[in-house]
Amino acid sequence: MTAPVRGGTSGTAAAGPPGGDAAAPRDWAEELWAPVAAGDEDAAADVLLAALESGVDAETILVDVVAAVQRQVGAEWAANRLSVPQEHAATAINERAIAALDRHPLVVAARPAARRGLVTVACIDSEWHALPARILAQVLSLHGWRVDYLGAQVPTQHLVEHLHRTAPDAVALSASLSTRLPAAHTAIAACQATGTPVLAGGAAFGPDGRQARRLGADLWAPDARAAAALLDEGLPRPARAHQPVDDLPHLSDQEYTLVTRSRSRLVGTVMAGLDDGVPTLRGCTELQRQHTVEDLGHMVDFLAVSLYTDDPSLFTGFLSWASGVLSARGDLALPLAPALDLLAAELRDFPRARALLAAGSATVPRPPGPVGAPGDADGHGQAGR
Amino acid sequence: MRTRCVAGAKTTEPNPGRWADAAADASPYPVVVLGADGGVLRTSESARVLLGDLPPGRPEAVRARLPWLAAAHVALGTDGVSPDAGSGDRHVRGRLDGRSLEGRPVPGADGSVTWWLLDDTDRWRAERELARERERSVFLAEASNRLLASLNVERCMDVIVLEAVRGLADAAVAIGPYAGHRLKLVSCVRGGSPTAATTTHPPDAVPGLAEALQGFPPVPSRWIDPAAAPTWLVPEGFGPVGSMAVVPLPGPGVPAGALVLLRHGTRAAFDESEETLARIFAARAGAAVSSARLYSEQAAITETLMRELLPPTLRHTCGMEFAGGYRPASEQNRVGGDFYDVHPATAEQSDTLAVLGDVCGKGLEAAVLTGRIRNTLHALLPLTTDHQRLLNLLNRALLTSHHTRFATLVLAAVRRRGDQARVRVTSAGHPAPLVVRADGTVEQVPTHGSLVGVLPVVTSTTADVTLGPGESLVMFSDGITEARGGPLGDQEFGEERLRDHLAGCAGMSAETVVEHVQMIAAQWVGAKRHDDMAVVVVAMPRGAHLSMTGGSGPGRYTA
Repeated sequence: MTAPVRGGTSGTAAAGPPGGDAAAPRDWAEELWAPVAAGDEDAAADVLLAALESGVDAETILVDVVAAVQRQVGAEWAANRLSVPQEHAATAINERAIAALDRHPLVVAARPAARRGLVTVACIDSEWHALPARILAQVLSLHGWRVDYLGAQVPTQHLVEHLHRTAPDAVALSASLSTRLPAAHTAIAACQATGTPVLAGGAAFGPDGRQARRLGADLWAPDARAAAALLDEGLPRPARAHQPVDDLPHLSDQEYTLVTRSRSRLVGTVMAGLDDGVPTLRGCTELQRQHTVEDLGHMVDFLAVSLYTDDPSLFTGFLSWASGVLSARGDLALPLAPALDLLAAELRDFPRARALLAAGSATVPRPPGPVGAPGDADGHGQAGR
Repeated sequence: MRTRCVAGAKTTEPNPGRWADAAADASPYPVVVLGADGGVLRTSESARVLLGDLPPGRPEAVRARLPWLAAAHVALGTDGVSPDAGSGDRHVRGRLDGRSLEGRPVPGADGSVTWWLLDDTDRWRAERELARERERSVFLAEASNRLLASLNVERCMDVIVLEAVRGLADAAVAIGPYAGHRLKLVSCVRGGSPTAATTTHPPDAVPGLAEALQGFPPVPSRWIDPAAAPTWLVPEGFGPVGSMAVVPLPGPGVPAGALVLLRHGTRAAFDESEETLARIFAARAGAAVSSARLYSEQAAITETLMRELLPPTLRHTCGMEFAGGYRPASEQNRVGGDFYDVHPATAEQSDTLAVLGDVCGKGLEAAVLTGRIRNTLHALLPLTTDHQRLLNLLNRALLTSHHTRFATLVLAAVRRRGDQARVRVTSAGHPAPLVVRADGTVEQVPTHGSLVGVLPVVTSTTADVTLGPGESLVMFSDGITEARGGPLGDQEFGEERLRDHLAGCAGMSAETVVEHVQMIAAQWVGAKRHDDMAVVVVAMPRGAHLSMTGGSGPGRYTA
């Protein structure tokens, strides 16, 4: 959820068309951003087609223009400058622009006959961000792979059935949100159990792919271009079928299971504690309350995924992002520090969770004075500033 | 399991030579006494029988006959073991004329060592057999795991030949049952990758192959003369064949094919235990490939039947955007009790009709009924454009069928005129659709009616809705509004929350709204159980994109 701030400009330098105006290369990502942000589908498609017709190849457009703009959409959302529906709309514009690009005669002509093997591209269960997978599917077909693109939110069981039926040479799994990592792990192990090597990709696996390695994926690539290059090099022998728990022996302490199972209760208890201890929450509207409860839910989700992967940076990363964005939201929001204290009290019997919460507490700004003490006007932390 | 050496008496008595000779000759074990230089000092009678004549004082003779003992003797001398030090852990083992011997040293004071030789050939053979048996078990266990991994026939055949060259032969060819008039072959040479091919050559040329492929009469695996093997059977680049076996792959009830194992000339034919191994492997391979075959046949049938029941991909038509999304209650089924359809305008009927409905129940049985309702509705369409009448016709059809289930549905007849679209909306026992206005206002469409398939007559009221550019009509099933979940676990999603979310969707394309609603609802339920969830959105494109009006694709670049 902490997308890179800006990725478009570096790509455009590489995108300089051989016969184009080298003196002033056009920043296609910059040009695409305006119509995407404005929801103007036709103008967005026009930018991509103009880039194509000026000599930029389709792969460069997909990876360095569309994907870059999509990263910016994510960054704008993370910075609270785009609402969730707006983020959706921007993504849909990008999707349609890709579809328009795909039908262009230049792209059709550039697509080689499928001479390589078959790759299945899918988003893992509960992952709705389909665009990265869509871009990969397009890039792979430009490399001569046959591609089965299954889209967003593919239940693992359907995915496995598909693999049994079609026996692809590899399956590429996409996950964007870190909280989907446990679901990604299940999907990776299930695919490998069918003897299919797994290429993992998407922001959830970390900028260096560490989560992909942790979850036992056979390959990881930072973007669609690198993924295609990896697959072109040759496929690994499928990993020996193994139990998912072999990858993460720390799960035997059951902290993840217990925290996940009691998620609703934790959210409820902490919310009640906040109501008692943070006076400023009492005056908030029903909608603000709802947001606070939802944010609490996210907090528990990130705690859970940190427990699952045994990687504290997922939880602390969420907290430092939340410290920034919740204050940007401007309304009364989740008071992080008191919430962490209340969670720690609830989870005192869980050593790993306690350590995570302590690490989390160190990353959020503390209000002065005793937390939630009566009369403490600033008791809800940084959010009210 | 160690043999205790009972003859560990120390040779430190005075005049040890005579005593040792006498004791050694009487000993049940052969004894060799080697000097510090490694040459033979004395041998017992039994040692002479065992070793033959070893000339005294000639270390090279010992090295030639018992290299392992000579090496151990040198090592013992180098390590400087004192005569008093225990020597129990200095045993050495080695071979002699196909036997296994264990040498146990008893160092003497003068640097000589008395080596007691124990014949442990039986133990050695047992150990070797155990190690091989373990290897075979490990091979079989790993092979079974890999064989069971995939339910895909081609993948399974690949695994069979890969595993066969890993543990059984230098090359292997798996032959599937007939597909039409062709035999399917997958062959693999050790170190290579499986390659698939087909052949029209008759299998009769290979003894036992035709029977193995038919599964009748039952034949054991058999060795065949490599010279008799047809060239099409030998993998390319394998070279001369030393030995060759045809092993049937038995399937439960159906023949799964045959496996041909090939070895190079330098390797001997299979021994008895290797043949047993090959047979067990073939049994597992046969079971795996037949399961895969049964699965793919079933999957193909299911797919064919399911195709009619899956929700259709909606397309833009008549200048309006239509999009639908569906999430069945269970992941096992891809279908359920919700359904939707869009019937584009025709010559007789100037309205495009969008339908969304919900059959009582879920899963496959409900899905079968949705198929029936969809077909019935499609057949009734040319008869009437009047919703009330259409619903009553459908009602009658449902009442007369033997199904006891009932359904709720909502009909939306859409016609675009210039910058506006007129939509007639009728609900029959279904949650009333919502309209998202361009300014973000969300209105409920004032329509209601009784459900279909219960009462003799359906009564309903039809509402007229006008959509301007960027406005949309959202039809949904109660699976969405009644979804339970949320951060506190057991809250109902509710229409209020749906309205709140839709308020942010003004001016968005139909697909975007569908995706957004689906995502919000999915996040709400999380991993919890939920009912079938369907949503259909009819949207008037924002800004009058004339290009959108005629085309059927999602954009204007449809050329």
